[in-house]
Amino acid sequence: MLTFTLRRLNLLFFTLLMLTVVSFSLSYLFPGEVITNLSGQKSPSAEQLEQLNSLYQMDSSVFHQYFAYLGQLFNGNFGISMSSQVPVSSELLTYLPSTIELCITALFIAMFIGVPLGFVAAILHNKPADKAILAFAMIGYSIPAFWLALILILIFSITLSWLPSSGQLNLLFEIEHVTGFKFIDILLSDNVDKMSAFKDAVSHIILPAMTVALAPMTLFIRLARTSMLDVLDSNYIKAAKAKGLSQSAIIYHHGIRNSLVNIIRQMGLYFANLVTIAMIVEVIFDWQGAGSWLIDSIYQRDYTAIQGGLIALAIFTFVINIFADFIYAALNPLERNRKHGA
Amino acid sequence: MAREHTYLEEEFPSPILQLWHTFKKTPVAIIGLSCYLFLVFLAVFGQFITPHSAVAIGDSLLIPPAWSDEGNLSYLLGTDDLGRDMLSRLIHGTSLTFGLSFLVVIMALVIGVVIGSISALSRGLKASFLTHFLDVILSIPSLLLAIIIVAILGPGLENILWALALVSIPQFVHVTRIAIKEEQKKGYVLIPILDGASELRVLITSIYPNIIDKIIIQATLAQSAAILDIAALGFLGLGAPIPMPEWGSMLATSLDLFYIAPWTSYFPGLAILFSVIVTNLVGEGLRHSLKTQKES
Repeated sequence: MLTFTLRRLNLLFFTLLMLTVVSFSLSYLFPGEVITNLSGQKSPSAEQLEQLNSLYQMDSSVFHQYFAYLGQLFNGNFGISMSSQVPVSSELLTYLPSTIELCITALFIAMFIGVPLGFVAAILHNKPADKAILAFAMIGYSIPAFWLALILILIFSITLSWLPSSGQLNLLFEIEHVTGFKFIDILLSDNVDKMSAFKDAVSHIILPAMTVALAPMTLFIRLARTSMLDVLDSNYIKAAKAKGLSQSAIIYHHGIRNSLVNIIRQMGLYFANLVTIAMIVEVIFDWQGAGSWLIDSIYQRDYTAIQGGLIALAIFTFVINIFADFIYAALNPLERNRKHGA
Repeated sequence: MAREHTYLEEEFPSPILQLWHTFKKTPVAIIGLSCYLFLVFLAVFGQFITPHSAVAIGDSLLIPPAWSDEGNLSYLLGTDDLGRDMLSRLIHGTSLTFGLSFLVVIMALVIGVVIGSISALSRGLKASFLTHFLDVILSIPSLLLAIIIVAILGPGLENILWALALVSIPQFVHVTRIAIKEEQKKGYVLIPILDGASELRVLITSIYPNIIDKIIIQATLAQSAAILDIAALGFLGLGAPIPMPEWGSMLATSLDLFYIAPWTSYFPGLAILFSVIVTNLVGEGLRHSLKTQKES
């Protein structure tokens, strides 16, 4: 387990290093002065300029500049946003939690609906139910998320008026910003009716989370189906059958457990896809998250914010990736050490 | 088993022909393929067969589709707020959204296969650097990367083409590399090498014909992703300029009319959905026939 952890951390380290190289070179690639792109100071005075130049070591070689930039990043200094002139790190702290909230909710919806559906499809392999689930997966995978969002708003907000169409919480509830995670903030606050505020927040998250969840859900369906089919085809299932176990006992005790292991392994890979969709959906549902903030900063050519957003969102995906890898390794002894397989 | 035709020469179809023979036995895949060819036709000749101009502003505003009561048969799918015919705009948009995705895939395919082959033939530090670098790029959300490249190059159709092609290259490199590595372990590749053929020659004459099916399947996957990405960038206003009838930007401009003229949002969305489903059907059919071939 120790070597496994070290290898993963090593990979994480190099990935992050590569990411900072990309982000650093962006300030050279973006139009405008390099120092402006790095720091976000739009029209610095002569003194400020001198200060910034020494901070980012602009007069030495590119290597020194990069390490100076890296040092600033580790100090939590992402520069200041060009459009609002507020530090990017504090903007990220405000916006990133809502994105994490939305993504995690969507991931759970996708898994809790997608994986059982995939298992059902595998168990009823080549029956009409299997074909129907596969067709659903194909259509769900092909629907553009922004269009689906519009259709859902039309049905559930306008025609049926069951759910709100935008925002995260009704403005009537004044929730203090503590962690940025709306649900935790509601539980921490003491001046409002927690129960009704919580219900309101839930009703706001349903539509965006469903929209984000649909495409990953279809991927989970296919993954769970293939994984279950592979497991059902293996020798230990035949042995269990020969032992005289009933079909449901085989699926419950051997099938589901062994195929879940493979699904968790792939979960991290699909997460990048999910974050991409979340960025667009945030714009439509007016969700105050890092995705809509990032797209807004692209409209305003706010290059420091783009760099900060890229780093934050990419790190978020990596961390989920690594987390999935660890769960996989904890569940599957083969991954930790080859000896267990013999 | 005794052979029926001992003296006749036996013909073995090439892998790609074999794939086609299994492919045409699935009806759904054939329907998908014909719809796909129809879209290709529209993308190439669409601008010549539109009933009205796709960009000229007309004077009959917001006419609903022909099947509703206020509809007008000469505007089959209705008109938008500037009096432009929806059907003509959709047909014209095929060459932008669908046609552009085609170009994206071809560019990414050529570059990706070349890099993938280099990485499969090289060993040691260079190969491990390439794979790790690719892993990093693959784990960044693709649309995020495309948006950032567009932010560097500035919005516009041509820049989207470059951005999306760059973003889809790593997948092709990955698929090519793994496929070549797999083939290199097989006997038929070893024999010409023992005969003294160079690795490059073996690659071109023996390996490529045997991995082309996998690359085509990856191409259909990449194309369906590219259509969605082009439309998403258009929707965010980072893609085609406003008057152009790109499906994603049509959807974005129709947002203000969503309550009074919902058809202006329905049809571009349906067009995107249709083209992605069709592309996926072709890819799914190919994958299915590859699987049945392996099992038989």
